Amino acid sequence: MGFLTYLINGLSLGSIYAIIALGYTMVYGIAKMLNFAHGDVIMIGSYAVFMTMANSGLPAVVSIIIAIVICTALGVIIEKIAYKPLRKATNLAVLITAIGVSYFLQNMALLIFGSNPIVFKSVINWKGITVAGLTISGITIITIVTCIIIMLVLTWFVKNTKPGQAMRAVSEDKDAASLMGINVNATISLTFAIGSGLAAIAGALYCSAYPTLTPYTGSMPGIKAFTAAVFGGIGSIPGALIGGLLLGVIEILGKAYISSQLSDAIVFIVLIIVLLVKPAGILGKTIHEKV
Amino acid sequence: MKLLKNVTAPTQKLIRTVAAVVLVYILMEILIAAGCISSLIQGLLVPVCTYSIAAVALNLCVGYLGELSLGHAGFMCLGAFASAYFSKLTADTIPDVPRFILALIIGTAVAALFGFLIAIPVLRLKGDYLAIVTLAFGEIIKNVMNVIYVGKDSVGLHFSMKDQLSLGMSVDGKMIINGAQGITGTPRQSTFTVGVVLLILALIITSNFVNSRTGRAVKAIRDNRIAAETVGLPVSKYKLIAFTLSAAIAGVAGVLYSHSLNSLTATTNNFGYNMSIMILVYVVLGGIGNFSGGIIATTVLLLLPELLRGMADYRMLIYSIVLIALMIFNWSPDVQKWKAVNGLTLDGIKARFSKNKEVQ
Repeated sequence: MGFLTYLINGLSLGSIYAIIALGYTMVYGIAKMLNFAHGDVIMIGSYAVFMTMANSGLPAVVSIIIAIVICTALGVIIEKIAYKPLRKATNLAVLITAIGVSYFLQNMALLIFGSNPIVFKSVINWKGITVAGLTISGITIITIVTCIIIMLVLTWFVKNTKPGQAMRAVSEDKDAASLMGINVNATISLTFAIGSGLAAIAGALYCSAYPTLTPYTGSMPGIKAFTAAVFGGIGSIPGALIGGLLLGVIEILGKAYISSQLSDAIVFIVLIIVLLVKPAGILGKTIHEKV
Repeated sequence: MKLLKNVTAPTQKLIRTVAAVVLVYILMEILIAAGCISSLIQGLLVPVCTYSIAAVALNLCVGYLGELSLGHAGFMCLGAFASAYFSKLTADTIPDVPRFILALIIGTAVAALFGFLIAIPVLRLKGDYLAIVTLAFGEIIKNVMNVIYVGKDSVGLHFSMKDQLSLGMSVDGKMIINGAQGITGTPRQSTFTVGVVLLILALIITSNFVNSRTGRAVKAIRDNRIAAETVGLPVSKYKLIAFTLSAAIAGVAGVLYSHSLNSLTATTNNFGYNMSIMILVYVVLGGIGNFSGGIIATTVLLLLPELLRGMADYRMLIYSIVLIALMIFNWSPDVQKWKAVNGLTLDGIKARFSKNKEVQ
């Protein structure tokens, strides 16, 4: 395998990180909270795809749509039950609650689906193309294309539609936004809905590329995608794309050229260096603390 | 209680906690001697001490420093590996008791050193970022522990981060740290007595720390960093001290852990992110900032699954629900208002009882 293959694999993995990172970055931008449970929503989405496609024999597109609906509902319910009562509470309380939700989803999945890893059947049955002796698999191409489409649509949505503008307004200043007649609660719910829906897509793509599914599958990509969101600048949609792609490439190249066992460590070292050198990330805005 | 009148309130509390621990210890020893305790429960005594110490360490960080660390299992891991490495290396040369004490000092020192080194960059961050970076450090520590190979032969020590063969040892060589297989054959010296002694030591150190001049400064910084800075407290220095102490005590838990097992490996379940969260559950259920509460929570949560075998599957699920419910009940502004209206706050309940007395 040459450098180019690694690079393309890295971009593909990075695209998945970018889609997950969108969920983190939008929620963080609006609710100012780290939604630790986001990674586990991915896992639930993957199980939903697996159950509907492999077990019930539905076509891949239908099962992904079902998974999106389930995850969207799940995201909104989690927000309403666990996070909404704590919206004005301290950061620490919200963070611990989010960890509790993450733990809850993992153990729920453990009870329902068991701890045995499931071999995930890919949602894409396309062999891929060969360009100049370089084979690019179908899943890689679809992943990258999906990521680009999602980015374009989401950027358009946030810039040009009423709900999108409401989201930007709420992330700037909740009180001012509510004085302008924006329904803050509905906007936050919408953000959770979009983020969780994207998590379902990310779950299907992630498990198609790495086809073992356990109740703990979501936590690692979740944490790495958060790293990607921080890397790109939290709260910024193009930042999530850049951060995700960079992180994916770093991880795959690190695995190939440095050490396969240390690839996670390499990703986390990148996070630490970024946070120390440029805490606002590549595209993030520095917020000055008011006394 | 006349004897306790001359000491300050925090010291009284400490004395009561330590007395309770000693009482439980004596009771357990009597029950063991009488044969009333199953071997299953006996096997849990050292883990109870281990995780109680870890809970005390994390409580110092979360409750008094006010920062959430998700990497305390990483400090445990460092303490465990450093001390087990030392114990195995010197198993034939130093007698048992001094060796364990030296191993304890080394494990604690290594955890403290890394805690200090990690704290320098980490404490520049706040809140969520700090939590995620400590998580990252914990995972890095666990990952690196899995690729370290150290062997010893007649020439001396060999070190590698690739595999066993690249050590290039002679035939008489003996593996000490064997990558993902970890350290095997650590002398098992962590008894219940040792665990209880270390737990009491940890309690005395932390209680004295939080009520010392430094500890009060740390609490002031937690409550309002800007105000503390304004009155001239060196914020970074105090945060650094508290975090390093917390890491050191987690290291003690690691030493106890490594010396209670035959083979020591670094996996997700014992030193990964899951363990850090488990310790957090102990701390939160026991009450953030309350050391004795953390110990009680640890003991109950570790013994409960053994006592209620049938509930084993639902154990973690229930923990997570309790964690969420407790957070909402204790921190939500709406719930707090509701509690105040219905007189369910601590002051409200006290007022209700004192009123009743007046009527009588």
